[in-house]
Amino acid sequence: MNRARTSRLNTVAAHAALLAWTAIALFPVFVILVNSFKTRRAIFAEPLSLPSEATFSMVGYRTVMAQGDFLLYFQNSLIVTVGSLTFILLFGAMAAFALSEYRFRGNMLMGLYLALGIMIPIRIGTVAILQMMVATGLVNTLTALILVYTAQGLPLAVFILSEFMRQVSDDLKNAGRIDGMNEYAIFLRLVLPLVRPAMATVAVFNMIPIWNDLWFPLILAPGEATKTLTLGSQVFIGQFVTDWNAVLSALSLAILPVLVLYVLFSRQLIRGITSGAVK
Amino acid sequence: MAVRPRFHVAVFLAPAVLVYTAVMIFPLFNTLRLSLYARGGTGPVFAGLENFRTLFGDPHWSAAFWNALGNNVWFFVIHMAVQNPIGIGLAAILSHPRLRFATFYRSAIFIPTILSFVIVGFAWKLILSPIWGIAPSMLDAVGLKSLYAPWLGKEDYALTTLALISVWQFVGIPMMLIYAALLAIPEGVLEAGEIDGITGWAAFWRIKLPLVLPSIGIISILTFVGNFNAFDLIYAAQGALAGPDFSTDILGTFLYRTFFGFQLQLGDPHMGAAIATAMFAIILAGVCLYLFLIQTRLRRYQF
Repeated sequence: MNRARTSRLNTVAAHAALLAWTAIALFPVFVILVNSFKTRRAIFAEPLSLPSEATFSMVGYRTVMAQGDFLLYFQNSLIVTVGSLTFILLFGAMAAFALSEYRFRGNMLMGLYLALGIMIPIRIGTVAILQMMVATGLVNTLTALILVYTAQGLPLAVFILSEFMRQVSDDLKNAGRIDGMNEYAIFLRLVLPLVRPAMATVAVFNMIPIWNDLWFPLILAPGEATKTLTLGSQVFIGQFVTDWNAVLSALSLAILPVLVLYVLFSRQLIRGITSGAVK
Repeated sequence: MAVRPRFHVAVFLAPAVLVYTAVMIFPLFNTLRLSLYARGGTGPVFAGLENFRTLFGDPHWSAAFWNALGNNVWFFVIHMAVQNPIGIGLAAILSHPRLRFATFYRSAIFIPTILSFVIVGFAWKLILSPIWGIAPSMLDAVGLKSLYAPWLGKEDYALTTLALISVWQFVGIPMMLIYAALLAIPEGVLEAGEIDGITGWAAFWRIKLPLVLPSIGIISILTFVGNFNAFDLIYAAQGALAGPDFSTDILGTFLYRTFFGFQLQLGDPHMGAAIATAMFAIILAGVCLYLFLIQTRLRRYQF
């Protein structure tokens, strides 16, 4: 009896603690989204209430659409993120396959060399990266960003993917070889399909930091035509500081794509983290 | 079956190695090299350690550097002291086997982590702003209005406030990693403890926590590296000047200002490279300390 009561008390306490933190975690997002749909007066008068018929307004979104090139920014972010992920996955898987499948001199050393970048942030090299991009004429191109993010993502991708590729059975690959498949076909048609879950994990891990990065867009591609959504909303909000409707709407528009991605991929992301892919 | 691995190995390795070397490793060392040069009339001239002498010797530069480093250390201390205990606590509650709605809590608590610093910085700036008044009116509702201050605008509080905002954003990561580690503890170990009378809190402190120490180590080093090249949140919330009066300046914003210039000071890539070199040394020292001292001493248990 006593025991049952304490356990119920524990459950209640557990839910209370989790609910409290959930509220803290979601509160700012809630406040921003809700107020972006209100009139300026209502934003200040009742910041915590939902928009009603009297206080509903889309004026902020109209300003954003009229002033900022959000569609272009969104498109740029999409190109950069998808492009970088493609190269990270393709090049990362190829290198991981070479490291996990073949014994050659310097294999260990190559693995260590590629793993260096897991702990050392690429930002340290920014001064020389900018210099190089200026010299090659890649400043203010999306290519510069894709290159940087690919280099940034490769070390962890190679590390995770080669762990998984070691588990692919040798018998399967050797059967392929006996059937006359060459090494490229074994990689593309036997190994890649088997490590798809690991590829998804790598993609999800890289997607959000690339989409959200401010540092490299600011330094390598600040031009109007190449602004990413993160940089674009930063600049826009900076210019419209006093226009609360516009700022709140811009923030909401910046939250939306990430939230959609998260809803689509959260299962993959959480499974990736909890399966110990980053141990 | 010994396939003679020759040409195709190179084909498989080449793209990754080329991109990684050209865009990451080479610029990294080139940055270290550039820190030894200074701007001359016709181009960079070799200056030896002159930039570092300026950085540590010149009163203005060294004051700015130590201020940024000190702030960065404080930023890190807050993360370690607040983010990790909250993360561990949430994970411990979540890992309770019969807890309902665990997936919902997990997903919801992780949401701030996926938002960009720009969103997080501005959202909190608005909420804490005295103009909008959400924070003061909420404190008023619980009778604590006297506690309110425009935290982000006060030199004494701004850095701590930003660190706590960053904690709010990233608490999901330690939560997830510890949660995964807790789930990996086999039932048998806990049952053996139960038979010996170790349950509840005692089981947490004496069985579970020691078993997840390696994960806590990984989280600590991830936090360390992340904090010492942080930039975005401070820039989004306080601008490149890291106000008020540089009280929120950390190494990342200091590097950015030096590299690109601000107000009357011109940007200087070589001084920027010198600061980047200092950051590299700090991060490298931290990572080595972790790899050689901490990780080798943590006992790992194989189940």
